[in-house]
Amino acid sequence: MADRELTPRIVVVGAGPAGVRAAQTLLEAGIRPVVIDEAARAGGQIYRRQPTNFRRSHEALYGTEAARAQAVHDGFDAIAATVDYRPDTLVWNIADGQVWTASERGYATLAYDALILCTGATDRLMPVKGWHYAGAYSLGAAQVALKAQACAIGARVVFMGSGPLLYLVASQYVKAGAKVAAVLDTSPLSNRLRAAVDLIAQPGILADGVALTRALAKAGVPVLTGVTPLEITGNAENGVNGVRVRLANGTERDFAADAVALGYHLRPETQLADLARCDFAFDAKTRQWLPKRDQDGRASVAGVYLAGDGARILGARSAEVSGRLAALAALADLGHKVDPLTLVHLRRQVASYARFARGLATAFPWPHEQAANLPDEAIVCRCEAVTAGDLRRVVNETGAKEANRAKAFSRVGMGRCQGRYCGHAGAEVIAACANIPVEQVGRLRGQAPVKPLPVAIAPEGEE
Amino acid sequence: MTQGRFVRLAEQDRPSLTLYVDGQPVTAMEGDTLMVAMLAAGRVLRTSEFGDGKRAGFCLMAACQDCWVWTEDGGRLRACSTPASAGLRLSTSQPGASWPTAN
Amino acid sequence: MASPVSVSDVLIIGGGLMGTSAALFLRQRGRSVTLLESDLVGRQASGTNFGNVRRQGRPIHQLPLANRAIAIWRRANELLGADVEYLQSGHIRVCYRERPENIAKMEEYAAEARHVGLDLELLTGNALRARFPFFGPDVLAGSYSALDGHANPRLTAPAFARAAQRAGAQVFENTRIIHAAKQGTDFVVTAEDGRTFRAPVLLITAGAWGNKLSQQFGEPVPLTPRGPNMSVTEPVPYAIAPAVGVMTPVEEETVYFRQVARGNIILGGSTRGPSYPDQYRAYVLPQNTMKQLRQIRRLAPALANLNIIRVWTGIEGYLPDSLPVMGRSATTSGLFYAFGFSGSGFQIGPGVGETMAELIDTGTTPIDLSHYDIARFRRSA
Repeated sequence: MADRELTPRIVVVGAGPAGVRAAQTLLEAGIRPVVIDEAARAGGQIYRRQPTNFRRSHEALYGTEAARAQAVHDGFDAIAATVDYRPDTLVWNIADGQVWTASERGYATLAYDALILCTGATDRLMPVKGWHYAGAYSLGAAQVALKAQACAIGARVVFMGSGPLLYLVASQYVKAGAKVAAVLDTSPLSNRLRAAVDLIAQPGILADGVALTRALAKAGVPVLTGVTPLEITGNAENGVNGVRVRLANGTERDFAADAVALGYHLRPETQLADLARCDFAFDAKTRQWLPKRDQDGRASVAGVYLAGDGARILGARSAEVSGRLAALAALADLGHKVDPLTLVHLRRQVASYARFARGLATAFPWPHEQAANLPDEAIVCRCEAVTAGDLRRVVNETGAKEANRAKAFSRVGMGRCQGRYCGHAGAEVIAACANIPVEQVGRLRGQAPVKPLPVAIAPEGEE
Repeated sequence: MTQGRFVRLAEQDRPSLTLYVDGQPVTAMEGDTLMVAMLAAGRVLRTSEFGDGKRAGFCLMAACQDCWVWTEDGGRLRACSTPASAGLRLSTSQPGASWPTAN
Repeated sequence: MASPVSVSDVLIIGGGLMGTSAALFLRQRGRSVTLLESDLVGRQASGTNFGNVRRQGRPIHQLPLANRAIAIWRRANELLGADVEYLQSGHIRVCYRERPENIAKMEEYAAEARHVGLDLELLTGNALRARFPFFGPDVLAGSYSALDGHANPRLTAPAFARAAQRAGAQVFENTRIIHAAKQGTDFVVTAEDGRTFRAPVLLITAGAWGNKLSQQFGEPVPLTPRGPNMSVTEPVPYAIAPAVGVMTPVEEETVYFRQVARGNIILGGSTRGPSYPDQYRAYVLPQNTMKQLRQIRRLAPALANLNIIRVWTGIEGYLPDSLPVMGRSATTSGLFYAFGFSGSGFQIGPGVGETMAELIDTGTTPIDLSHYDIARFRRSA
């Protein structure tokens, strides 16, 4: 398309709802962006697509979100040939106005005039004794297994944690014919009443959520709230054989299962924002560090924009809007004319999703208090098999209270996942042990590569 | 225990393919990830380096890096993000006790 | 003027390996010590380096200091009450086929080193490959030191600091010194927040920040901040005992690796990156990581099967002759220096601390410090 230019070069990282809408918005303004996505197929995680030889319908895969998923998929399919689309490609570092990519072809660099990071999210995890056993998975994993591979993670699955995904995935399992042993929510039911004032901001999503809970009850799945996880039972050789929890009434109870899906809502993937040297700020409501950005997604670093759940956990619907906003912000900063009314309209939508997300955080809070009660023998860092006791010993014996310091001494966060799954919980363990606010513990600094990088990697085109 | 960990719920009419895990043939389907191929037939992917037992992956979205498996020729593959292919030879433990001092 | 936070026999500015070990050894000599660290102890050059406990390859004149340090490393865990993961598992330095002249240099070095207590074994051809089969075809020869090894830099300086504290030293972290001067017989140093500290003896062990302090005593030095280029692989079964390095005049070819007992292989070297002492930041440049991996593949092709999972760097101070400033001030009595170790201070670190403690306590040391005299920069700076 001759009327669409590659200059200025705008690089969009991630092809989930935020990235797809950002790319569309740029094309509409006459700019052909580069869209780099780690996955083989666009869609992101929540609208993740199955392999091309699978046949299930969008309705079967995405339920109430089928139309939205379809729109994102179709939207990208329509522009895939026009944008500079690079699937199966990891952005592993950012430096001096260039992204560094890695793929089967090797590594390459790409200079950008604007960079829109739509990096998405992963599950947020609070460890529980036994969560390293084979058969313990993240909630997102349970969903990916079903959506992308038509599998259940086990023959009898317990869903444990909190957040909307807990109910969504459990009900998807029931619908697909999997055996769900129980849904165990750490949040007390009373929180949902307190959250109603904010949740009403998105009555449609709220109604869908209520329907999910009803469907689970109707299917005979025990749904318990105010639960305290005590242990994923089993052994190191054969894996999970159940979970042990303390119920809201104080009694302990075991649920037999060969798989556990565990998660406490989501955390954004902020490594690239970090490597791009963006500033972060502590968000007291969700007790995590988030990259700073203005209402349209501008990061603290000029030319870097943040959208979707990679910036704030506001959900897939909001990601579509914030993807557009970030693209418009980039366009405005590059001298394009942007309709101010469109901005107002989009900002208003994001604000409504933000209010809903605040409600979710009230309804399904991050159970930080569990960190203090985690038994010493429980593993905190799965990658390096570092226990809560190891970490507490470091805090007590060396006085390390800062996240990176404690990491240097204890190895918590030093493994292959770079702290994605232990970083938040590790900080809570340190804070509880040192008796300081978790924000004083700080956050793990991002270090390249964002994902493991082969020592064998050579420039694209070489060998 | 020979039963698989993952349970297939749909999409079971795909063409099959055979790969090898620890020398044993494993029947999988076109479109499976390595992880699904291995866990639909078996219980684990690998052994933790630090003595805490067997692992079978965790996040399935290429974030946690828990599911890296070995190929018989010493290569590394992330099982949740690599498509299964016919004839692939995988190992749930690192091949060659003396690696990498032996070429 | 507010009264000083501490008055002690010795003030040390800089809580890296040099400063923390000097603090411990000064306490062992009965001197009261205050150690001031602008950030957290051992966080920059001392904590982010490769971890080589390597004598071979150092200037021959430095070997007595290196030998003194080795003796401390051997008893480090006992001395410090902490495991710093010291492994006396050997060190091999190799050269490539395209530089065969290096064999003669290795032989010459080995002959001289033997007289200073460092035994090296030269290996070529089958003998080299039989012992170390991981080397690539470009590797021509190796010089093996059985009694060198490696340790964990992240743990070492903090362990010295804790040991010094237990022995009675006062350690102040997050204490940025902006002014240092001698008033009468005492040094008075002032932190950013106005706190002052006082002592008749001042030891500056401030690494890349050393020049900022030495110039306050009329002794600027041409110190350049840079950062090490480090990577680490995923863990694999422990199989590589020695630390390995390349002898070459080309910076890009200068790579090294070692495997820690847990299994990860630490890769270092090739081109160093920039660092910014004023901002307390240093960055690994991705192009340097890529150059390093290329050189590692050349040195040990089998490592190509692995993944790197993390890279890092820190802030190091380099001097033009790659030798430190170590010894007495040339302008001010009671003032001592040990900084600018130019990317090769880790192994000798504890020896530097012991030597500086000895020099401060007794006024003399058997270690020849003439090569490190700050006065050598009098004209150039």
